[in-house]
Amino acid sequence: MDKRLERILPRVQKPARYTGGEYNQILKDRDKVDIRLAFCFPDTYEIGMSNLGMSILYHTMNSLDFVWCERAFAPWGDMYEEMKKAGIPLYALESGDPLSSFDSLAFSVGYEMAYTTVLDMIDMAGLPLRSEDRKELLPIVWAGGTSAVNAEPMAPFIDLFVIGEGEEMNNELLTLLRQAKLEKWSKRDFLIRAAQIGGVYVPSLYEVSYHDDGSIAAVTPTEGAPARVTKRIISDLDSVPFPTDPIVPSTEVVHDRVNLELFRGCVRGCRFCQAGYVYRPIRAKKPETLIRQGIETLRNTGHEDVTLLSLSTSDYRPLSALCDGLLDYCEPRSIGLSLPSLRADNFSMDIMERLQKVRKSGLTFAVEGGSQRLRDAINKNVTEEDLLNTCRIAFSGGWNSVKLYYMLGLPTETDEDILGIAEMANKVLHCWRENAKNKNRGVKITISTSLFIPKPHSPFQWEAMIELPEYLRRVNLLRGAITARNVTYNWHDAATSLIEAVLSKGDRRVADVIEEVWRQGGRLDAWTDYFRLERWMQAFETCGIDPAFYAHREIPVDAVLPWDHIDVGVRKSHLLHEREMAYESRLSPDCRHQCAACGAARLLEGGIRCDG
Amino acid sequence: MDKLRLRFSKTGRAVYISHLDLMHTMQRAFSRAGYALKYSEGFNPHPQISIALPLSVGAASLCEIMDFRLKEDPDLSELPRKLTAALPEGIEVLEAYEPERKTAQLKWLSIEGVMEYDERNPAEMAAALTAFYAADSVVITKKTKRGVGETDIRPGIREIAFAPGEKAVMVKAVISAQEPTVNPELLAEALRQLAPEIAPDFARFTRLETYDADGKVFR
Repeated sequence: MDKRLERILPRVQKPARYTGGEYNQILKDRDKVDIRLAFCFPDTYEIGMSNLGMSILYHTMNSLDFVWCERAFAPWGDMYEEMKKAGIPLYALESGDPLSSFDSLAFSVGYEMAYTTVLDMIDMAGLPLRSEDRKELLPIVWAGGTSAVNAEPMAPFIDLFVIGEGEEMNNELLTLLRQAKLEKWSKRDFLIRAAQIGGVYVPSLYEVSYHDDGSIAAVTPTEGAPARVTKRIISDLDSVPFPTDPIVPSTEVVHDRVNLELFRGCVRGCRFCQAGYVYRPIRAKKPETLIRQGIETLRNTGHEDVTLLSLSTSDYRPLSALCDGLLDYCEPRSIGLSLPSLRADNFSMDIMERLQKVRKSGLTFAVEGGSQRLRDAINKNVTEEDLLNTCRIAFSGGWNSVKLYYMLGLPTETDEDILGIAEMANKVLHCWRENAKNKNRGVKITISTSLFIPKPHSPFQWEAMIELPEYLRRVNLLRGAITARNVTYNWHDAATSLIEAVLSKGDRRVADVIEEVWRQGGRLDAWTDYFRLERWMQAFETCGIDPAFYAHREIPVDAVLPWDHIDVGVRKSHLLHEREMAYESRLSPDCRHQCAACGAARLLEGGIRCDG
Repeated sequence: MDKLRLRFSKTGRAVYISHLDLMHTMQRAFSRAGYALKYSEGFNPHPQISIALPLSVGAASLCEIMDFRLKEDPDLSELPRKLTAALPEGIEVLEAYEPERKTAQLKWLSIEGVMEYDERNPAEMAAALTAFYAADSVVITKKTKRGVGETDIRPGIREIAFAPGEKAVMVKAVISAQEPTVNPELLAEALRQLAPEIAPDFARFTRLETYDADGKVFR
């Protein structure tokens, strides 16, 4: 180990997150691989090691024998200061080698607030921030993850983006990079060739022109790059490699458990939900596959918990069979099985009853909107009756804590809708009084609201986010309406939401702001410990960028959107239709009742059909 | 077999795994190696493992002791190899056996340390350190559960010797393992408090062997 590092580690909090050496890490001989890849997660070790996508791609990329893929995370503030002071560059955990000696840096960027951290990690690796300032072929800096569905704010920094699911695409790209390295191509030649791989977006091959009012006039591809980059997906999830021997952290991480992914995509089509649109079409794994992979992973990791992941677990058709199969293995071994993302219905309650034999803690419901009219407008198909039914079963079954999540600022929202949230809380309280088994234990009802952020590729992508003073007015309206002692109200601080809105709907000009914030010390902005609104507002001013233009402006439907040249599979006409339906407060049937022909099914290959 | 005992070493990158994380790591390693730990009875069952003397983060050891109970009797001869294969880099199980004595009888630890001096002369430092620790008492201020208190660490040091090395002074000592516990890191801390001119730029320690009150090797 580096002598300087050895002196620092005893002084920092939780040093085990900076050392590597965990069980199941992948070690290779550095002299026997052609491509050394640093898989960078722009957040802390504890967050990154909880990320299933990172765990999957670490293994699929390492399955190439000419690649050694290692991990790098962003150090927490104390470690960051110590590394700067000692002059230690960012290093990869497996080998301890500095990232500057690698052939490639690949970033997994799930959320926009990580952008400053991406810049910081590029800088800590000793590289120039901007793609145009990195003249040589190596190291190639690329990025993927959900935030890449609008890559523009990060376009000047990243050599290429991978759009969609990476199991196959990443390896195609690494194979090309190896050829480029061995044959000594120029960086530009490599990028032009890479742009021909499906799902690869090379921003430097697209010219953007603007109208006088600041909106985009055109995005023009050059050098034969595709006019629209179509997202890659895995058609058959049962046959795609899934690591059943993931790394087991030697220190506590956020989700310290086995994660099983039931399906990708979602049948629901909630109109505010970006994930519900960009992960289409819906593709499920077979329960046999999941049971086998779950048991294998539990054996190989020794984890005490397994979690079923998806956007809406109740919509997994063979859920009951899957739970039975897993419980057969888990129960005798005291392994816990948990199912987040259940819907508020009777069937889900049955399953909950079976799982939570010992601890009956809290139930959480994402209700999203305070009135039936508003829930219809956002296509959130939950009725008050469903919710109260579920609560009745829960309260009579011994539960005594309910959390209800809402968004404020949804399109078409009125004060009446907001007051509906308080009414709902009262009804839940009443339901507890009528059904609770043991009233002495009391009840806790928690209402949480966050500010709705319109996201690219969703039907609300054209909408303006409400301004912060208006959000506070709505928060206060709700505060005043909540009177019951057992009801707690938490509201999300909207300052980060404003920045998130700008970053998710921004174009290339926003890149200057991100760089300026980083230059003023911004990093780990997803953490309230580090986020400073003033730093962002100052940077907007310095760069002459108006955040309201991106966050609070309703975009005309015929405008060119910064993300129009990224095709996630869903047609724009479908999004527009859904938006119209929202204004009429009309529900659209979920994919299983009636296919809306959104367009995503055409991404499927090999005769596989959408599971909707 | 009821209670079983392991001896293991913790070196290299594993020295940064904290005591609490190590307990969890061990628990999972047993499961990976195919051994079912016995759980305690009661409302909140927990696996029956206990590590005798918690090791500070950053310190290495060749003589850690852990007691545990399994649901089924294992083949003790193959347990060290199987468990080591299921552990992270840097933790190696040396032997597994049925203990004859309680860990309360563990009294002394032999340790070695490297005190690094970047600029100062190791031979001079070794001599000064020997003189410093020749005193009958070395009273330092120490944070305890009850606040800041004064402790004399000298009675807890049975033997101590210093020898100059490459930009460093090598320490060998026998220190009290429990009642009172003398953390080897205090050997450097005492210098920082009482004789900063001979305090090292950096120090790291390794536990070598466990002894009972009579100075016999403890197993």
